[in-house]
Amino acid sequence: MKEKIIDIRDIKRHFQVGEELVQALRGVSFSVEEGEFLTIMGMSGSGKSTLLNLLGCLDTPTEGEYYLDGKPVANMTKNERAIYRNRKIGFVFQSYNLLPKTTAIQNVELPLMYNHNYSAAQRKEKSKQALISVGLEDRMMHKSQQMSGGQQQRVAIARALVNDPVMILADEATGNLDSRTSYEILTLFQELHKEGRTIIFVTHNPEIAEFSSRTIVLKDGRILEDKVNPNVKDARTVLESLPKEND
Amino acid sequence: MNLNNLISIALRALVNNKMRGFLTMLGIIIGVSSVIIMLAIGEGSKNTIANEISNMGSNMIMVQRNYNREGVSKGATSMESMKIKDYEDIARDAKYISGASPYVTASGQLIFGSNNHPIRVEGVNEDYLEIRKHEIQDGSNFREGDIKNSAKVCIIGKTVVEKLFKNDEDPIGKIIRYNNIPFQVIGVLKSKGSSTFGQDFDDVMIAPYTTVQKRIAAINYLHAIFASSISEEYSEKAIAEITEIMTLNHNIPEGKEADFIVESQKQILEQINTVINLITTLLGSIAGISLLVGGIGIMNIMYVSVTERTKEIGLRMSVGARGRDILAQFLVEAIIISLTGGLIGVLFGSGVSFIIRLASGWAVTVSPFSVILSFLFCTFTGVFFGWYPAKKAANLDPIEAIRYE
Repeated sequence: MKEKIIDIRDIKRHFQVGEELVQALRGVSFSVEEGEFLTIMGMSGSGKSTLLNLLGCLDTPTEGEYYLDGKPVANMTKNERAIYRNRKIGFVFQSYNLLPKTTAIQNVELPLMYNHNYSAAQRKEKSKQALISVGLEDRMMHKSQQMSGGQQQRVAIARALVNDPVMILADEATGNLDSRTSYEILTLFQELHKEGRTIIFVTHNPEIAEFSSRTIVLKDGRILEDKVNPNVKDARTVLESLPKEND
Repeated sequence: MNLNNLISIALRALVNNKMRGFLTMLGIIIGVSSVIIMLAIGEGSKNTIANEISNMGSNMIMVQRNYNREGVSKGATSMESMKIKDYEDIARDAKYISGASPYVTASGQLIFGSNNHPIRVEGVNEDYLEIRKHEIQDGSNFREGDIKNSAKVCIIGKTVVEKLFKNDEDPIGKIIRYNNIPFQVIGVLKSKGSSTFGQDFDDVMIAPYTTVQKRIAAINYLHAIFASSISEEYSEKAIAEITEIMTLNHNIPEGKEADFIVESQKQILEQINTVINLITTLLGSIAGISLLVGGIGIMNIMYVSVTERTKEIGLRMSVGARGRDILAQFLVEAIIISLTGGLIGVLFGSGVSFIIRLASGWAVTVSPFSVILSFLFCTFTGVFFGWYPAKKAANLDPIEAIRYE
């Protein structure tokens, strides 16, 4: 049996909004094994964002246990979680969130800047490798605003890969892209998945679930459905079947 | 996080956003340099005027006619009471003076060949040059006989030489005409330059007072008496002596205001100093206000630039920066910007002060106090208001920060 990357046990998260107690998560349990491509789906208000924050060690649960790569996260301090994020998780955001006016390579180097185990030379080498693996070897010195949305998202993915995380956490990573570019990015995620990386993709778009190996659907803070996808669609095939752009 | 990484993170952020850094720096540059310039001008005008006055002779005592006796201007005709006897008594009886000179003046036109020059002639005796700190460059001072005989001789300043002798002739021994009266030039004065207020100290013509009284003005009274105390510390005593002699000569009853004023250069200096201190205070308050405005400017731009970077802070935190890493980065950035801006401000302020000095001829002086004050204040404001919003941002929830629009 493969190693468990994520092990969540009966997680609850409550928020006090004024007088009202909002129960965003009402007891969620699941585990993710190494090498899974999991989509977490749900309508807005389903608790999806709250779950994402918990998974990303950006927030701690009100109740329940969360083990990330074998370590309990729920009781970590803010600073411990920051370091753990730095070493274990790669984030990809909907709006790319690259540093403005900064070159691709410097953007990718960012997580390693906060990890003193890397020397400047190692940092540079790792970042180059990450950019090559997302197909941007000829765009390393381009600044963020000089690149298209798809290229910026590739830089963001390279940034998520550079620290060799145990999982990549993507938040609506194709939400800002046109459909063609979305399939390109999905192809990239599928390739990373084939290399054995664990990917968790949070989205409200059911189409994306068809490209992942497993889907969890949230509703009202509970898991509505947790199913393995028997026929994973190949994003590259879809991409090639799209009509060529007239340019 | 180690220091190397911290500094390279901060430097990258600065280098990639040069315009933002420059604008932030500008607030500090303007704050620092305006304070330095303001105070330099204030200090400079003070020094300039003080220098000029001591150049005129700091031991000098003037006995002048009191034009505004009992609050009413008496006009020139009633002001003929100062006589040659007053001078003689002062010269004979005052113990604390080293020299005294009568003073009469008249206006007219100087002519030499085809050149002419309007000038006010000063009629004095041979002590006058010493009293006014004039020095002879060529030729000589008056001889005693010149005064006694109302000799038609004169001593002239550099400006007069330039106006009349345009062919580089030697003026000594030449005959020049003043209101059609021929005067022989017996001396030329060493140049003293001009004052802050544009008064030319070299535009002078000096002749024996007897000559001016009889041959030019046709009067028998004096316009003033000049004297010099033995040294500066005796000037009070010399003034008292002179006042006593004059009061006696003019029969001024006790408690009545006299028809003359005895003033020393030192007293005038004190009066002017009062005015200058006022100006310095004024400039100081302007500087204080510009410091305040500069500080508020720095505060705003720092605050806005950090707020604008909330998203960036969120991103940095999500990829593993701790709150203290963010804080350290912004602190280093603020320190670099504030120190660089402060240094540029000091250089710029000193440079502009220097240019003002060259252009105006004032002794504009950059005081170390103004440099230290403005530099510390602006740097501190810059660092504080770079740090404070960053601290707030560092406490934000990363997800909240990253979604900040």
